Amino acid sequence: MEKGSPRVEIGKPKNINPDELNVAEAARIIQLKESSQQPLPDPDNWLDEELKRNVLVTTVDAMLGWSRRYSTWPVNFGLACCAFEMIASASSRFDLSRFGMDIFRASPRQADLMIVAGTLTWKMAPVLRRIYDQMAEPKWVLAMGACAISGGTFRESYSVVPGVNRIVPVDVYVPGCPPRPEGLVYGITMIHEKESKSSVAEIRGHDQRHS
Amino acid sequence: MTTVFNVEYAAKKIIEAFPDSVAVVVKVAVVVNSNSLYQVAEFLKDTSGFEFDYLNNLTAVDYIDYFEVVYNLNSLEHNHSLVLKTRCYDRNRPVVPSVISLWRAADYQEREIYDLMGITFEGHPNLKRLLLWEGFMGHPLRRDYL
Ligand code: SF4
Repeated sequence: MEKGSPRVEIGKPKNINPDELNVAEAARIIQLKESSQQPLPDPDNWLDEELKRNVLVTTVDAMLGWSRRYSTWPVNFGLACCAFEMIASASSRFDLSRFGMDIFRASPRQADLMIVAGTLTWKMAPVLRRIYDQMAEPKWVLAMGACAISGGTFRESYSVVPGVNRIVPVDVYVPGCPPRPEGLVYGITMIHEKESKSSVAEIRGHDQRHS
Repeated sequence: MTTVFNVEYAAKKIIEAFPDSVAVVVKVAVVVNSNSLYQVAEFLKDTSGFEFDYLNNLTAVDYIDYFEVVYNLNSLEHNHSLVLKTRCYDRNRPVVPSVISLWRAADYQEREIYDLMGITFEGHPNLKRLLLWEGFMGHPLRRDYL
């Protein structure tokens, strides 16, 4: 309030007996209490309609496929230059989180997807196979880049595996040297499609050659 | 900026200290005999004025007639650099003394050269293959590999 502004006189009720006020208040309370002996019904009739529209019939397969599709966690595993494109795909510009893939798991036990990003050497091959074997079923493998697909420029080399499909079964191949993150994201959406089409009854045909 | 140490001057000083150690002086490097390599390296590391206390890089080249092992030396003290080389002519059993006791950085680099080029570093405490696996046949960076 500004200084010097005239004070507002709060008018007192005149000629009213305080006892009368108390009596009036008590009367209101008693009336409300008498009329409030039963609870009011919850306003839930809107639910009936919503329920009618939302009870869906589905299959276990579709349900599982849907949930797998939206929580595919890749294992944190990069081998060469392609790994940087994979890292870029996971960070803010390309943002793999959009597909429920926020977390690159450091433990293969918690991962569903292995992105083989880069050149695989024969010295590394047993390690790759072990990480693959440590992942829990169901699991998917994406071969990223020319090196992972076929050995790429190093195909004839003395130390490079000419294609990771000699070590682990591959679900999706993403070509490029390196593939752009968009390419990787496209490959991942294809993995998602595979996931949502897979069945619980189906035992995925992984070879048991090495395990 | 790192300055390049005067190669002629370095060669002159090395010859003064160890006669018969220098095989040839090329434009950019001093090439020493492999049997005096260790003494020369020690000399370059510890003598004041040189003080090459930092081994930047250690690699090898196959010239078919001989192997050349290349040491890129730097001094953090004086900020100058020198290239030291040595040659081994025996293709079947090339041997060079290890400098790991002077520069720890030589550890993996010597193992890498042993692995890919097949040069033995005498005195290395753990000379095993580094990038390839035990039992690999041959040394793939040799010009006559395959
Ligand atoms: S495909 Fe190209 S970018 Fe990818 S790991 Fe091989 S060389 Fe590197």
